[in-house]
This record gives sequence, C-alpha cells and structure tokens, in this order.
Amino acid sequence: MIDFQHVNKRYAGGYEALTDITFSVERGELAFFTGHSGAGKSTLLKMIAAIERPTSGNIFVGQQNISALKRSAIPYLRRNLGLIFQEQRILLDRNVFANVMLPLQVMGADSRTAAARVRAALDKVGLLDKEKANPITLSGGEKQRLCIARAVVHRPTILIADEPTASLDTGYAREIMAVFESFHQVGVTVLIATHDRMLLDATRSRVFELTQGKLAA
Amino acid sequence: MSIWLAQHWHALLRALRQLVISPVTSLLSVGVFGVVLSLPAGIFLLLENLQTVSGHATESLQLSVFLDTNARQADIERINARLEQVPAFESFQFISKEIALQQLQQESGLAEAMRNLGKNPLPDAFVINLGQMAADEIERMREAISAWPGIAQVLVDTDWARKLNAILDLGRVIVWMLAGLFGAALIIVIFNTIRLQILTRRDEIELSRLIGATDSYIRRPFLYFGAIQGLAGAVLAWSILALVIIKLNESLFELARLYATTWALSHFSWQHNLLLLAFSGGLGWFGARWSVARHLARIDCA
Repeated sequence: MIDFQHVNKRYAGGYEALTDITFSVERGELAFFTGHSGAGKSTLLKMIAAIERPTSGNIFVGQQNISALKRSAIPYLRRNLGLIFQEQRILLDRNVFANVMLPLQVMGADSRTAAARVRAALDKVGLLDKEKANPITLSGGEKQRLCIARAVVHRPTILIADEPTASLDTGYAREIMAVFESFHQVGVTVLIATHDRMLLDATRSRVFELTQGKLAA
Repeated sequence: MSIWLAQHWHALLRALRQLVISPVTSLLSVGVFGVVLSLPAGIFLLLENLQTVSGHATESLQLSVFLDTNARQADIERINARLEQVPAFESFQFISKEIALQQLQQESGLAEAMRNLGKNPLPDAFVINLGQMAADEIERMREAISAWPGIAQVLVDTDWARKLNAILDLGRVIVWMLAGLFGAALIIVIFNTIRLQILTRRDEIELSRLIGATDSYIRRPFLYFGAIQGLAGAVLAWSILALVIIKLNESLFELARLYATTWALSHFSWQHNLLLLAFSGGLGWFGARWSVARHLARIDCA
C-alpha cells in the first residue's frame, strides 16, 4: 500500500531530515512511527500526502509514484487520505458540523448524502450532540476527535495521524486510540506518529523507530 | 454536471458570505466602483442623447437651392429640367416664393410684419432630398449646382448635424480613454481587496489544500466575489445616473418649454445596460483573477 524506496530529504542549507528510508506498509495495516522530536516522523508522514517532496528516492501510495506526481494531481491523491495534523487546523469561524463538512465540500459531494456522512462521522467519534457548537468551546480531547471526524468523513483508504495524543491526558488518549483501532478493524490503513510510550507499549502492531532521520533496523 | 453546478453554487454562496461578513469594506469598494464608473458612463450617456438629436437630422440630407430673386418662370423650368437629369437625387420639390412667404407667415407669427413689407423678399427655391450620401460628394454636388446660371445660393441644411456628429465621435474616443484609465484603477482596487481577503482567510486556504481542494476550487469564490462587486458597482453607477437624469430633466423641461419642444434626457438602452454590467463585472473578475494568481501561489501548505 505504502512503499518508501531509498528516500532522502535534504532541506536548503544542507540539513538532512531523512536518510535512505526504505520500508513498506501493507493494506489495512496499523503502524506506528516513533522517535525523538526532530527525528523526522512528521516529515515522513507529510511525504505520503505530498506536502513534503523527497530530494531523492521513490514513494509509492497504491500504484502511484508520489515522488513524480504532477502538482495538479496532488488534490486527488489527498482525497484518498485522511490527515490528522499536529497543529489541528480547526476553522473557528464555523461550527463543528461545517468543519467536518469541509473535505466533502472540497470534493464536491452531493449535499444530502454529505450531511448524513458528517453525522455518521461525528457519531463515530462521539460528538454528534456538539454539531452546532463553536469549536472554540470544545475541550482538548473533543477538538482532537473533531479532527478525526474530519479526517474520516470522506472514507479515506489511508489514515495518517501526527502526534494525535500529544497534549491529551491518559484517559482521552486511550479514547482516541480506540477510535483509530476501530478504523483499523474495518480495513483502513492507519499510520500514527507518536512518542507516547503508553500507546507503543499497548500495541502489538509494527513500530518503526526513527533516529536522526534514519530508520532503525 | 450537477456536481459542477453545485460547486459553482457553493462558491457563489461563499463569496456572498464574504460580502456579508465585512459589509463596510464591501460597500466601500462597491461605492468606489459606482462613483468611478458613473463619470465615463455619464459622458457616454450624454453623447448618446445628443446623438439621437443629430441622428434624426442626418437620416435624410437635404440641399436647399435658392434661385436669383428676379428668376422668371422660364428659368425655373430650365433648372427643374436640369435637376431631373441628376440620378443621385432621391426626390426634389419646388417651393415658390409665394408658398414660402405663406409658410413663413403661418409658422413664425410674423404675419403682421410681413404684410407691411409690401414686396415679397423671398426667392424661389428647390428642396432636394439626397438620401444617404458621403460628405465630399454632397460638397461636390453643392458646388456644381452653385455654378449653374440663375442660382443664388445652395445650402446643405444638415451641415450642423454632421459637425455635431464629428464632435460626438471625438467625445466617444475620450469616453473610451476615460473608461480605460478608470477601469485600470478599479482593477487595482479589486486586486487589493482580494489580497486582503486571501490574507485573512489564509488558514482556510491552507487547510483546503491539505484536504484535497483543487486550485480552481480555491480560486472560484474570490472570482465570484470580484465579479459581484463589479456588477453591484455597475448597478450603483446606473442608479447615480438615473438620479442625475431626473434632476437634469427638471431643469431641461423649463428650457425645452421656452423653445416649445419636449426634449428630455433618457437613460441607457438595455443593450447599453448590459454593456455596463459586462464591463464592470469583467473588471471585477479580472482584478480578482490577477490578485488570486499572484497571492495564492505564495500560500503553499507546509
């Protein structure tokens, strides 16, 4: 499903974020990426969505070679992905419902089925009773669940989360993790970057460890 | 197709929402559009109104051929025969000095004074309808007939209309120059409005990119916004001119009454209204397109 082949990322100025990364994740797999901050977890995940482009090497998502993707094709790649960002990027000028609606709007979904899908996504993360609320009134855990609902509302095949439990206390973190597990159960490929030891210790899934831009064997 | 329509409908709604969110800014730029447009549009309107006056006069050009005052019946018949041989004339008509005097007495209200003259001072005349004819050809014709024996004077009755037309043509060139200059200014106004909007909606634009929005999806509401401002500006300009016309017609009514006519200014025809809308809306759209092309490229997600 996701295939990295000898991927390097060097920023202008010579800083080497990722060095010779090679790995692959199967369809429907749940995988973790861990390492200290600055180890390259975020950069690696961003490359799957073509937010960052590799300096060299190839990245395949499905059958597509992301490293050679034209700019005009990027939106269509991203519509197959559900992204949960470290900086949550919630729009405060509209309510919870409208925030979750955004991906469907962007894709031009039919508005009646879209409303039903938004409610289904909100129901899945337990925010259905807050659909009219302004996001500014939500707690930290609720905001994170809003981000998850927004990432899954268009039923992506791959879900990518960057530090989804950072800044959440243990109870919320466990709750969030359970939501990810449930998507993994129904066949969604889930990639999570985290340095939360509790999550890593509890899982039986694969864990990739990054140290200074290199993947540990 | 329905998805495409829905996308456009949605973009339109987002553009309208933006207008409502910042009403003062929106009204200000619509106001600038309306005021700035009303000047060239107003001059154009004035020219069009003058054109209708001269237009009636130039529909059919006439030559008035005045005979010597001592012309005899034989001279009249000779000239009549010569005129019949000119194929370019649409028609002509003889007006004897007696008939001319009668008409003058009836129309001018100078009957009493005329009667006191004793002798008829008017010459016999022919009025020639030329139909449509080029100016230099008319001039040649006038000179040729002037040279005939027994002719005192040949006048082109609608000469003033031709001169007015030439002035109107010049006026139209000036209107288009003004429209060009002011149009450039309006494009700059919209350019800046859209720039500010893009800056304030940076978060939304970045997020939209990240969740798979195409460039045209992101562009669309801004283009609608520009076009709507332009169209609203055109409506405002139209309204300003309508008010001006009402005010001017009140004064014109008095003036026209003194000249015993009923001339009044009229507003644009629907074709000109469409032109005004298209011009203004086009300016708004173009300014937005330019601004979006420059500023959206700088917002790339990271």
